[in-house]
Amino acid sequence: MATLVHAETLDLAARFPASVAADSRPGYSGWIVNKDHLTEVATALRDEFGYDLLSYVTGVDYFPDKMEVAYEAFKTIGGPGIRFKVQVPRLDPIEIPSLTAVWPGADFQEREIWDLYGIKFTNHPDLRRILMWEGFEGHPMRKDWHEPFYEEDNKPLKSRWPDGKFVSAEDKNIYKDNLQFPQNFDPEKAVFDGEAALYGALARYQTIDAGLKTDHVLVNMGPQHPSTHGVFRAAVILDGETIVSLKPVMGYLHRNHEKIGERNTFLQNMPYTDRLDYFNSMSNNWGYSLAVEKLMNIKVPERAEYLRVIMAELSRIQNHFVLIGMLLNDLGAFFTPALYAFEERELILDIFEAAAGARMMCNYHRFGGVSRDLPEGVLEKIRGLVEDRLPRRTDEFDRLLSENEVLLSRLRGVKVINGEDAVRYSITGPVLRAAGVPYDVRRAQPYGIYDRFDFEVALRQHGDLYDNYLVRLDEIRQSLRILKQAVQQIPAGPINSQKPQYQVRVPAGEAYGRVEAPKGELGFYIVSTGKPNPWRYHVRAPSFINITALEKMCVGTKIADFVAILGVIDIVLGEVDR
Amino acid sequence: MYGKGIIKGLGVTLKRFVNTYLDDVAWWGRRYYTAAGIAHRYSKDGRGVFTVQYPEEKLPLPEEFRYVPFLVYDEGADGKKEVRCTSCGICAKVCPPQCIWIVRSNDPQTGRPVPEPTEFYIDADICMNCGFCAEYCPFDAIIMDHDYEIASYQRNVYNMEKLLKPASYYQSIRPLNYARNEEERKAKEAAKAAKAGAAA
Repeated sequence: MATLVHAETLDLAARFPASVAADSRPGYSGWIVNKDHLTEVATALRDEFGYDLLSYVTGVDYFPDKMEVAYEAFKTIGGPGIRFKVQVPRLDPIEIPSLTAVWPGADFQEREIWDLYGIKFTNHPDLRRILMWEGFEGHPMRKDWHEPFYEEDNKPLKSRWPDGKFVSAEDKNIYKDNLQFPQNFDPEKAVFDGEAALYGALARYQTIDAGLKTDHVLVNMGPQHPSTHGVFRAAVILDGETIVSLKPVMGYLHRNHEKIGERNTFLQNMPYTDRLDYFNSMSNNWGYSLAVEKLMNIKVPERAEYLRVIMAELSRIQNHFVLIGMLLNDLGAFFTPALYAFEERELILDIFEAAAGARMMCNYHRFGGVSRDLPEGVLEKIRGLVEDRLPRRTDEFDRLLSENEVLLSRLRGVKVINGEDAVRYSITGPVLRAAGVPYDVRRAQPYGIYDRFDFEVALRQHGDLYDNYLVRLDEIRQSLRILKQAVQQIPAGPINSQKPQYQVRVPAGEAYGRVEAPKGELGFYIVSTGKPNPWRYHVRAPSFINITALEKMCVGTKIADFVAILGVIDIVLGEVDR
Repeated sequence: MYGKGIIKGLGVTLKRFVNTYLDDVAWWGRRYYTAAGIAHRYSKDGRGVFTVQYPEEKLPLPEEFRYVPFLVYDEGADGKKEVRCTSCGICAKVCPPQCIWIVRSNDPQTGRPVPEPTEFYIDADICMNCGFCAEYCPFDAIIMDHDYEIASYQRNVYNMEKLLKPASYYQSIRPLNYARNEEERKAKEAAKAAKAGAAA
């Protein structure tokens, strides 16, 4: 049994009578903080009350009167979090003090809010757009901003039925007219001041040696580079081979997932979550259904809980296998480990395909359960994998790689991050655990039925690349341990507590559901107004937040290690760019 | 000894290499291009070459596999296509990327809606194969297909003509689902008849 850490009944309003009030809107919880005292309250939360891990920061546009920024912080020793908000009138310029000094992990998230909501964070060290391109006009997550193929605020669209004469969106809105540019903008001739801002942000770090003058070299790793596993770019300043400073550039795969999520109905978002971290659609589904189930206040039947655990843990195993395989690819051991890993992954995907109907875009969860029961024979297949093949293959991986001297010399001793910094930078998942912080949502705040299983939080102490590799192997073994128990215990019974309905009723309020995804804490912050569509749909994407500390990790290492560091952070661009 | 780890690792690859031939010999002539061979390669005991030589070999599709949907029609007497769809519009409403377009037909005399669509489009290029339309259809009229080889040079906007497939095809790709649906339909009809009998 897990030891549950009981939440202290913290009365923030009593501690800060002048600046904090309880959030009394029906369905809401947490505290509303006066923006002038935000830094003070946040510092107290971190230092006095021990909420050391800032989970997410996000904006909410309460059109037409207010803008809100919501924060939630957790304790790394476990237990529920504390949510606090700042409200400001919806009049430009909207300014809120930045919390990067208290929690450096807020850095990229505040940039994202500036980019998408136009909320300025005063004293932010580098407030530039992050997902949209510099020169873009407007802030797309605002409720009064409309995308180029805009039809209506909410789906289902009225043009589809009952008189749905097919019109192609491109015919209605032809090429070159389908983009919104700032006035007098000519893409052929434009000079992007974003580049200047980016390189300017890097130039601050230039060091001038007395005596010997060394030229620094600017290298753009990416956007097309095999080590970045997608379209990701890092502008790096090098002193010889050593990285002096680094700025990640992202957004090449940005599709404004959250805006799409607000247009969709609650159920329609389920298949879209598959496309975040497309290796682990089962975990993504779970995070989202958890948040909505919290709002709807419904229970999940036993069998569905077990199915969710089985699928999520299988997903974790294949994710870590692929990570190890691709890490070796990045290091130059071309394709032998990667293909060994993909073999096991194929077998796991076969199970997903048989159960959910698709290998990667599973769309398996429904509110109150799962969509389909396991077909005949699949449980036996899972049992065969879990009890026979996968443990064997994990040991084989261990033999193949763990003692290899070339690998050791590349990985051992290359510091990624230490535990204290990792917490400050809001890093979660295996990278945090490899740095010696035993924080795992499955244990810290058990969801589903994880409190029933006997397993250990995989932990390593050094926080170097080699520990990051080993912690993945440990996690595969722990997942297998959970799976063995789950496959044994799974009861018969219904798989959904709700009647199948294509439009669910979600009461007004807010909820945050989080799961331990293979890449870290994956959370969904949902605000409902009682209508069929969510008012706010925010994804706390672990890949995105984990690379906040990329510069911190890379400075001082060699350029060749950048590839390995990016490999072990395990980003997936579908989730970084959203 | 320095280099021991490398040798240990190479032992793993060597073992895999030998296993390939062991399995090839043990399954002489049956390992490739046969259903049993593919099933064995993809089982927990599979060793050696893992790849499937598409398109000569194809992976077996599980029944639940879903791809762009099609519309089901029952073959009535004299070969008439009885379309199951009643154009209720649930699929168009639940579709996440909104790629289903339905024109409901109206009776020319009374102007009241008739339970059959006059036009039905699915923009297969936008379809995300989530399967919601099939899942929430109350009449089992729209079903996810198994035919995934749909590459073409044009936009794939499917109309009724392209979408309609007979119930026998549905039965052939999803026998278990089909049987379950038929059972439900029969139970529903029996309940209806019983109700009508009770009323009379």
